[in-house]
Amino acid sequence: MADMPSSSKPPIARESPWWLAPNVTLVVFSLFVLYSIWEIFGHNVGRYQNYLSPYFSPDVGLWLGVPWIPALLVAWIPLGFRASCYYYRREYYRGFFREPAACGIPDRSRQYRGETRPPLVWNNLHRYFLYLALVVVIFLWKDAVDAFWYQGHLDLRLGSFILLADAILLSLYTFSCHAFRHLVGGGLDCFSCQNRARYRYRGWKAISALNQRHGLYAWASMFMVWGTDLYVRLLIIGAIHDPRLF
Amino acid sequence: MTTNKKSSSNVNVETIERHQYDVVIVGAGGAGLRAAIAAADGQAKVAVISKSLLGKAHTVMAEGGVAASLGNVDADDSWDTHFYDTMKSGHFINNYEVVELYTKEVADRVLELESWGAVFDRTPVGKIMQRPFGAHSFRRLAHIGDRTGKELIRTLQYQVIHHSVDVFQEVTTTRLLLDKEGRTAGVFGYYREDGRFVIFQAKSVVLATGGFGKAYKVTSNSWESTGDGAAMAFQAGAELMDMEMVQFHPTGMVWPPGVRGLLVTEGVRGEGGLLYNSQHERFMLRYDPVLHELSSRDVVARSIYKENLAGRGTPHGGAWLDISHLPAAVVKSKLPGMYEQFLSLADVDITKEAFEVAPTTHYAMGGIRVEAATGATNIPGLFAAGEVACGLHGANRLGGNSLGDILVFGRRAGMAARAYADDHDQGDLMSGQMEDEAQRVLAPFSRTQGERPYQLMAELQEIMTNYAGMVRSRDTLETGLEQLKTLQERSTRMVISGSRAYNPGWHTIFDVQSMLVLGEAVIRGALAREESRGAHWRTDFPEELPEMGAWNFVHTFQEGTVVVRADPVPAMPDRLARLFESNQSPGILRKQQRAARRGGDS
Amino acid sequence: MSEEMVLSIYRGDANGGQEEEYRVPLETGMVVLDALHYVQAEAAPDLAVRWNCKAAHCGSCSAEVNGRPRLLCKTRLDQYVGQVVHIRPMHAFPIIKDLVTDVSSNYRVAKQIPAFQPRTPAPFTMYQRDVDRVQEFHRCIECFLCQDTCHVLRNHGGTDQYFGPRMMAKVAEWEMHPMDVADRRQFLKDVAGLPMCNVTRCCVDVCPEHIVITDNAIIPLKERVADQYWDPIRALFRRFHRPAEGAVPGAGSDVSSRA
Repeated sequence: MADMPSSSKPPIARESPWWLAPNVTLVVFSLFVLYSIWEIFGHNVGRYQNYLSPYFSPDVGLWLGVPWIPALLVAWIPLGFRASCYYYRREYYRGFFREPAACGIPDRSRQYRGETRPPLVWNNLHRYFLYLALVVVIFLWKDAVDAFWYQGHLDLRLGSFILLADAILLSLYTFSCHAFRHLVGGGLDCFSCQNRARYRYRGWKAISALNQRHGLYAWASMFMVWGTDLYVRLLIIGAIHDPRLF
Repeated sequence: MTTNKKSSSNVNVETIERHQYDVVIVGAGGAGLRAAIAAADGQAKVAVISKSLLGKAHTVMAEGGVAASLGNVDADDSWDTHFYDTMKSGHFINNYEVVELYTKEVADRVLELESWGAVFDRTPVGKIMQRPFGAHSFRRLAHIGDRTGKELIRTLQYQVIHHSVDVFQEVTTTRLLLDKEGRTAGVFGYYREDGRFVIFQAKSVVLATGGFGKAYKVTSNSWESTGDGAAMAFQAGAELMDMEMVQFHPTGMVWPPGVRGLLVTEGVRGEGGLLYNSQHERFMLRYDPVLHELSSRDVVARSIYKENLAGRGTPHGGAWLDISHLPAAVVKSKLPGMYEQFLSLADVDITKEAFEVAPTTHYAMGGIRVEAATGATNIPGLFAAGEVACGLHGANRLGGNSLGDILVFGRRAGMAARAYADDHDQGDLMSGQMEDEAQRVLAPFSRTQGERPYQLMAELQEIMTNYAGMVRSRDTLETGLEQLKTLQERSTRMVISGSRAYNPGWHTIFDVQSMLVLGEAVIRGALAREESRGAHWRTDFPEELPEMGAWNFVHTFQEGTVVVRADPVPAMPDRLARLFESNQSPGILRKQQRAARRGGDS
Repeated sequence: MSEEMVLSIYRGDANGGQEEEYRVPLETGMVVLDALHYVQAEAAPDLAVRWNCKAAHCGSCSAEVNGRPRLLCKTRLDQYVGQVVHIRPMHAFPIIKDLVTDVSSNYRVAKQIPAFQPRTPAPFTMYQRDVDRVQEFHRCIECFLCQDTCHVLRNHGGTDQYFGPRMMAKVAEWEMHPMDVADRRQFLKDVAGLPMCNVTRCCVDVCPEHIVITDNAIIPLKERVADQYWDPIRALFRRFHRPAEGAVPGAGSDVSSRA
């Protein structure tokens, strides 16, 4: 405290190590991006028995008969959805851009232009990634159900539950999205002015409640996708064994 | 930092910044802002002078609601019922004309706020919600949680900035300037930011400067409530009235010491809060068997005082107020400010436990004497509205009537001031007057030793609290007057160090001087009123005396002292007097009659 | 029994200054503003601090205590026992003297916001569920702590580029009002600088009224601006189809028919 320079004004929240959170974000997001690149560009197969890795779902590569890096055909959707997500924006503006790294810490650059010009202004297209992500979520649920059925009978293995958890967390993340909240009812000014608006009000209330934990779902679902994919990948290369639970 | 420190000896008034306006409004609380909107509704050039920042005035502290007989939840409510309640609670020394105008117009003023963007809480059918309050016959207070005052001032503030009104923030006015004929010609003041003088020439001036609750030690009022406007007008020749009537709100915070006096809204009792003494007895059942906790403020405040006198008080000399029997969610949604206030400042969760409350100085029913319809004072071109004026509340103000007051009479005063400015020329300023004032204002800098303003402020509050507080007698009042006179004499020798730039000690000097003048009026009025009536409680005259109810005490300032005279209370015409023939308000009567008719039919 | 606290208070003006130390006895429940009043009465009568209600209703006494933007009247002193309490003026605004800053830029930009424009005169029929959302913004006490902590104002030239979180809450209050018919989307995009906000959410952290400014005001406004300017499908839809009142998802009532 005593060594604070008297001429310059102190940063906010000096009590806590302000640099911790942005640097954790920086490291974890970087690892995730590197892993994703390795996974998408390094592999042509994402299926193990009745499991499909979320990076490869839906299996567009199979439908179109594209044998090379099929994950690239779909993985851009969830990645774009996350990159333009309001919560991720907060995290990477803090962790990567340092605008600001933490509240009260001076911005790294004086050239700050916010989201006024490309490419950051494209973050406004978040809703289109949402529309696509909603389709992906349907396939994730199909994958989750498939994960419980192997060769025509119910098959409860660890991987089945991992894929189920993956579908649940990704649904929570997707449905708690700010753009979805706006789409469902947030854009209305009056919830009582027409009959249909009342249903939209209920939806908006429910999504608003979910939306309060959007950040939590963002982290949890990211780790879940990561973990699920890693699990499937390790099964494919035979590094681990998928234990039967019941 | 050292500008003008020693420049007090010769002030050249020609160099002082000057502005010319048709209407100048002193005070930016609800009344001032509403007056500004009314005055600016045409070609008039209008300025508002605010002692603090825009939107910070004491109006933000009003919590419970604004009383208007909209009849949204109780359809039997009507202006005459509101009239009845207001006159009765005022113990009939209110000006009936003021009350009639008020009760007839306030509903329109509330709706006007709604069309300006205020968002009141709603009833299930989508109308403005109204809550019950002490001594109102019906659920009458339009509100937004427990922060109605904030809603009012914010709505008015954004109306004002979207009108062509110039707002001068953080300017203190120290003197009303008159022309040779004694007409209003403007105001003299200084910017708090750097202490530089400023003169506003104006054809008419509206005073909306609020009350003087800061004259007391335990008060719900903010620092601004130092009675500057009333003192300024009084010393320029305006009359004050009913100054002995100072309202003590029954429920202020008591503990910890730093928040002593902070308001606990009557809304707590309105929503169902109950008062207990240290023996866990609901003592209000004894003091008011009909209205219980929702009795009028003077009654509840006195009851808490009496319980303490009888040894049944709480550890810090108050009573327990308990709302914890309601569901926590209800308390948090209807009284969010109270919940937060107790949690952060007193470590008390009001949804779980009872909390201590005690009376706190809250409101000045008395003030500048004005004409009912226009707010005109006896000084031509000077108008007053809101707490600084007098007439609506009589001996005791009903909760929710102050927020209505500022809307109804702020507007009326603004319109009247504009009309006056249309018909009159600018009065000539007298340079001697301004020179004197500049020298007086700077004098504390030129003294090398003398009295410390903060010390005098503390002594003044001590005197007013001990000798002219909630409980009074000839003895206490005379002692108080004597000490106040000594303090007045000492106050001419106040000294301040530092520069003129944002110097709170310097600002305090004028606050103290204003309140010393008004304090004397309070004590002299209290001495003159040899009875107990409403908020005014004399232990040597404990009864309300009908013969005293015929008088208002009016103060004039003559050669440095306060002179009191008794003026008759204006008599109600028959059509209004008739409302009081039975002991029930008109609305309640109608309700009973209808019930009886329905009973007869079946 | 009472402990003594050390307050290090910034004393100075536009020409510079430094922190000076004052000692204050700690009382039960004392807040920082109480301590400053003690300093004024006992040691420095000309110490400048702006305050009004001392009840967290008016939002006058904003400053930075140990680096964090706070209301002085609501900041308990006992949380700093064992530390020196550094009290400084808000950083984002020009200093006038000591703890008092020039916040007039906020009032200047507030003036530019297109005012509330009701569809019909009052009385309105509005239900509580329709007004809950805007009542959150009505809690604002205009303390400008959010403006102080916002990096766009703090580091990039005040309100010139971006009106700031407080003003976004104000716009949202009118824009989402069930009876309002004004369209402020172009204003938000081109005048008020909404795109300058990068939703880093510091404003939410400091709000003494716990208004979730970013998620409930700023992001919904960004979405409304996107409806108008960043949604090609919606633009096509607007061109070919004049919908019935309020029928367009995401458009406030009859907003789209005016667009």
